[in-house]
Amino acid sequence: MEPFSTHTGIGVPLRRSNVDTDQIIPAVYLKRVTRTGFEDGLFSAWRQDEHFVLNAEPFRRGSVLVAGPDFGTGSSREHAVWALMDYGFRVVISSRFADIFRGNCAKQGLLAAQVAQPDVELLWKLLENEPGTEITVDLREKTARTNGASGLTVAFEIDDYTRWRLLEGLDDIGLTLRHAELIDQFEAARPARLPRTV
Amino acid sequence: MAKTLAEKVWESHLVRVGEDSAELSEPDLLYIDLHLVHEVTSPQAFEGLRLAGRRVRRPDLTLATEDHNVPTKDVELPIADEVSRTQVETLRRNCAEFGVPLYPMNHAEQGIVHVVGPQLGLTQPGLTVVCGDSHTSTHGAFGAMAFGIGTSEVEHVLATQTLPLRRFKTMAINVTSADGTLRPGVTSKDVVLAIIAEIGTGGGQGYVLEYRGNVIENLSMEARMTICNMSIEAGARAGMIAPDETTFEYLKGRGHAPKGAEWGEAVATWRQLRSDDDAEFDAEVDIDADALTPFVTWGTNPSQGLPLSERVPDPATIADENERIAAERALAYMGLTAGTPLREVSVDTVFVGSCTNGRIEDLRAAAEVIKGRKVADGLRMLVVPGSMRVRFQAESEGLDAIFTAAGAQWRSAGCSMCLGMNPDQLAPGERSASTSNRNFEGRQGKGGRTHLVSPLVAAATAVRGTLSSPEDLD
Repeated sequence: MEPFSTHTGIGVPLRRSNVDTDQIIPAVYLKRVTRTGFEDGLFSAWRQDEHFVLNAEPFRRGSVLVAGPDFGTGSSREHAVWALMDYGFRVVISSRFADIFRGNCAKQGLLAAQVAQPDVELLWKLLENEPGTEITVDLREKTARTNGASGLTVAFEIDDYTRWRLLEGLDDIGLTLRHAELIDQFEAARPARLPRTV
Repeated sequence: MAKTLAEKVWESHLVRVGEDSAELSEPDLLYIDLHLVHEVTSPQAFEGLRLAGRRVRRPDLTLATEDHNVPTKDVELPIADEVSRTQVETLRRNCAEFGVPLYPMNHAEQGIVHVVGPQLGLTQPGLTVVCGDSHTSTHGAFGAMAFGIGTSEVEHVLATQTLPLRRFKTMAINVTSADGTLRPGVTSKDVVLAIIAEIGTGGGQGYVLEYRGNVIENLSMEARMTICNMSIEAGARAGMIAPDETTFEYLKGRGHAPKGAEWGEAVATWRQLRSDDDAEFDAEVDIDADALTPFVTWGTNPSQGLPLSERVPDPATIADENERIAAERALAYMGLTAGTPLREVSVDTVFVGSCTNGRIEDLRAAAEVIKGRKVADGLRMLVVPGSMRVRFQAESEGLDAIFTAAGAQWRSAGCSMCLGMNPDQLAPGERSASTSNRNFEGRQGKGGRTHLVSPLVAAATAVRGTLSSPEDLD
């Protein structure tokens, strides 16, 4: 995983709550066995509406998504994170993320920045009034700052361990395997009656 | 110190307690007892292992089945959709290469992963169970801690048989009634839809839910699985029910359940798996089951539900701005007008099946309602058993004949129209009453409109052609 410290890009206001992972990428795109190329599936139903935010310049070039509460609910499909990243998003800002989605973001290096809902509303207004406004997200400082006349800075929350892993670009499996001996010990002590699949 | 069920299972699986310092608090490392795998969320995980030169650490704690993509008719033919076929074939190759046992299409044990695990006796009290599928919460009905994971985590479990996890908070959901039963026509599906409407799609975020109370204690294992299955729709990764005699009775004699002296030993251990009387939960919710009636969803997320006796809600009466906008959007998508009685909403397709309601009891319940009656003219009804075993059992009881005599289609096992990855889909604008778990936009097919219902409501709706409960039938 690439380390993440700061990112600057165009902010995209997505005024919707409960954006479930079926909306982020419908199941039909999940049949692929590859890891890349999911950008065509991103919000594919909504993108057929010409008024959808990602169909307008400059938002179509956006990389910081600002969405309503309960983003990423539903299916565990990591494809939702892949689709957002393949499209070009590096940060999603919301006041509440679904647990599995947030975990998937952390594995892939997509920053899920949790911001208070009043701040989300401020960002929405600003991005709608000044389309093309860039947002600089600083993971070390845990802030998102709009670049331009307004200069709004909002604080975001992120789990400190996830923040550290993203800053260092560390891979979870590698970190776990540092404790391989503990896994061996735990395994050796498991009761023999526990089920096996074979 | 007094502990909840979830805390007991967590603590018995700690490989390593995360270190806590001022700068950084590490997650705990938990051992995983059972890893279920299917074709959709695993190919990139196996590819990751291959690229890193890693093996599957415990193929004997891993089980794969084909469910999401599989057609439910003409199952003896090759899968017609080339991309689906490739995904299924990729799973077969990966399982062969890494030594993972697999139940492929047409195998007598094939089926939806969350139906297969319990019926084999693999899902047992006190285990940690994961799968790259959010409805893994189903297995919590046995007192296991079971939750869905993403593909990166699938790879992590394949490689290490562990997961780094933060402790969940605990929420008790107390479901009680005066005599511990549900009113006639009310099922565990109605209970869980009512719970989700009460706490919302985000209400369970960060929590393990523990369902308890006299109503839960009196439910069958299958009804308990329906409730735990939909924990994720309330935002909770896991839902649990303490194991009891009903659990032990269900497990006894199943293929992978303990045998002989080990059975007694296992049951003695399982009896300890309950929240201590003075254990404290981080949150509690009380549900009065005497007040529950059949429930249906009217919107595009599972919390947008109401009793069937109500009318389509008026968004203008919703105070919260985001919820009001969401309700307006939902009604527009669903093609519904505020104020319409839900009983007058006509339906094109009825789907009975899925990991929520595709087990034998669900099919029996639907069959009992539809027996001797006919599916309404022009309405399509699909009945899709959750597994091949469920299919064979239903056929041995003559349920298939009841459904087909009524004009319904009797199919082979798989996820089917729950998410439309196979040919079983809604057409744009088509409306369904579905026993599945998600009414998201396009979930059952692009432009499709979904009302989530119980098997009883599904069958009654199929007969009348509008959303109905059995009491509406002559």
